[in-house]
Amino acid sequence: MTGETNETQSAPKRFALPSRILHWLMAPMVIAQLLIGVTMIASLSYYPLLLAIHRPLGVLILAFAVVRLVNRLTHRLPPFLATMGPAERRIASWSEYLLYALLLVQPLIGWAMLSAARFPITLVGPLHLPGIAPHDIVVYAVLRQAHSVFAFLLFLTFTAHVCAVLFHTLVLRDGLLDRMALWPTKRAAPQQDETTV
Amino acid sequence: MEPGDHDGGPGDETAGETTPKQPARLALTRRSALLGIGAVAGFAAVDVGGFAYAGGWLRPDTLTPLTPSGFADRFEDVYGRHDGFRRNHAKGLSATGSFASNGAGAAICRAAVFRPGSVPLIGRFSLAGGLPDQADKPDTVRGLGLLFQTPDGQWRTAMVNLPVFPDSTPQGFYERLLASKPLRETGKPDPQTMAAFLDRHPETVAAMKIIKETPPSAGFADTTFYGLNAFWFTNSAGATVPVRWSVVPEDAGVAGAPQPSPAKDYLFDDLIRTLAQRPLNWRLVLTIGEPGDPTNDATKPWPQSRRSIDAGAITITAVQTEQAGNARDINFDPLVLPDGITPSDDPLPPARSAVYARSFTRRAEEPKSPSEVNVAQVLS
Repeated sequence: MTGETNETQSAPKRFALPSRILHWLMAPMVIAQLLIGVTMIASLSYYPLLLAIHRPLGVLILAFAVVRLVNRLTHRLPPFLATMGPAERRIASWSEYLLYALLLVQPLIGWAMLSAARFPITLVGPLHLPGIAPHDIVVYAVLRQAHSVFAFLLFLTFTAHVCAVLFHTLVLRDGLLDRMALWPTKRAAPQQDETTV
Repeated sequence: MEPGDHDGGPGDETAGETTPKQPARLALTRRSALLGIGAVAGFAAVDVGGFAYAGGWLRPDTLTPLTPSGFADRFEDVYGRHDGFRRNHAKGLSATGSFASNGAGAAICRAAVFRPGSVPLIGRFSLAGGLPDQADKPDTVRGLGLLFQTPDGQWRTAMVNLPVFPDSTPQGFYERLLASKPLRETGKPDPQTMAAFLDRHPETVAAMKIIKETPPSAGFADTTFYGLNAFWFTNSAGATVPVRWSVVPEDAGVAGAPQPSPAKDYLFDDLIRTLAQRPLNWRLVLTIGEPGDPTNDATKPWPQSRRSIDAGAITITAVQTEQAGNARDINFDPLVLPDGITPSDDPLPPARSAVYARSFTRRAEEPKSPSEVNVAQVLS
């Protein structure tokens, strides 16, 4: 919305403000959720407490992921930097789609998995969600394994994402992170700006 | 969201292509590049290391605190692995019925289950231990799992026929499990190992004494089942009290109770035959603790004088051979509680919840085989 109102010639320098806000709101939620998930399966005394956080946090992430998908489809992206080659651009694009897919699918699997095990999907106090899968222990088994596999995949994609951004920002020093910054940046704009001068 | 939409395609000259000359750009020096690479590597190490540490993969087994997997493994060590069955209380029978609340429980708990009216029940009668085809014996611990399907959610409980639990902590239970493992030569636990365990756990000795004073009843129909762990009950006025519940048979002491018999499944067979003729009734009794009564120690009984509320009748109308979709596939997780009931400071329910979940996941993923107790065979 922000970029398209003006001349279509000038591409946005950064991600749109809603995109940046959503990104930095979701990042800590997803990191916390991954840590809670991996901690609770190995914990005896904190399992119920962590699960009680994991469930509503998962639903919150799902809600944010839906908003973010709508936002993604309605906003223009800033162009890639010159420091990224064609192969890297392709990888960056597909890893972005993978992250979107995982952020949407993983909470749905968790929800369906509890439904298949006939568990109540308790959020807070008496508030709970309906089941979305048949009561079936075999369906549960498949979903439970998928939840683990997708959690690892999400963790690896997240790790690769952060490593790539850090590599660009700290090694190549191309200001890649500035495009997602909510904070003021030293650079007036990342280097792709120069072509339009 | 096509890859091309921000990929700087051929017709998109302005989209991010820069000339190689970049006067404003900071020069890449070897030093700054190394620092940057170091920072990336540092992040990756903390990220992967933190994740692995949280999941318990970096801790050596000897230092690892008890885990749900460790508990499930110990059951498998002691009883062997029996695909598709519970790690504990493996032998069982599915049941259905209802709970008719008389409304008296609403005085101490706002959960819908205690309002006057009836809710459907799914239950499971079982014997303790990980052997799905063990022979019924009078002194084997008996279990009853119940799932109350209330309008505001669910209430699940897994009870046994012991007035107190032998262990106060998960660690104690974990150690006792191994100490009571039967030796191959004698078929009985090693007396020295057991004596050493009891020396370290006086609370178990005290609990065993109380348990011995209450000999098991003849069959399932006249068994009292105890919830053992204390929970907080909160009423609609917001007042909270500690509660232990039990399920007391209306059938106590009736004639025709089963005698210990050589039939392998005599306890279950008798239950099946009785239910073929008439339903069985229990009372749901809520016992209210007073200040000073232990809520964190299931080995210690509360004084007999404690006030109790008869909250209504539990009626079991039918039993079913364990199969897909019935109680076989329900995890009687003691922390699935309706609004109005919350866990106390007892360390056992969180551990039970975690281990039951691990056991449930393992058996869900394993191939299934028919259960020992078969209703059709008994009635034919």
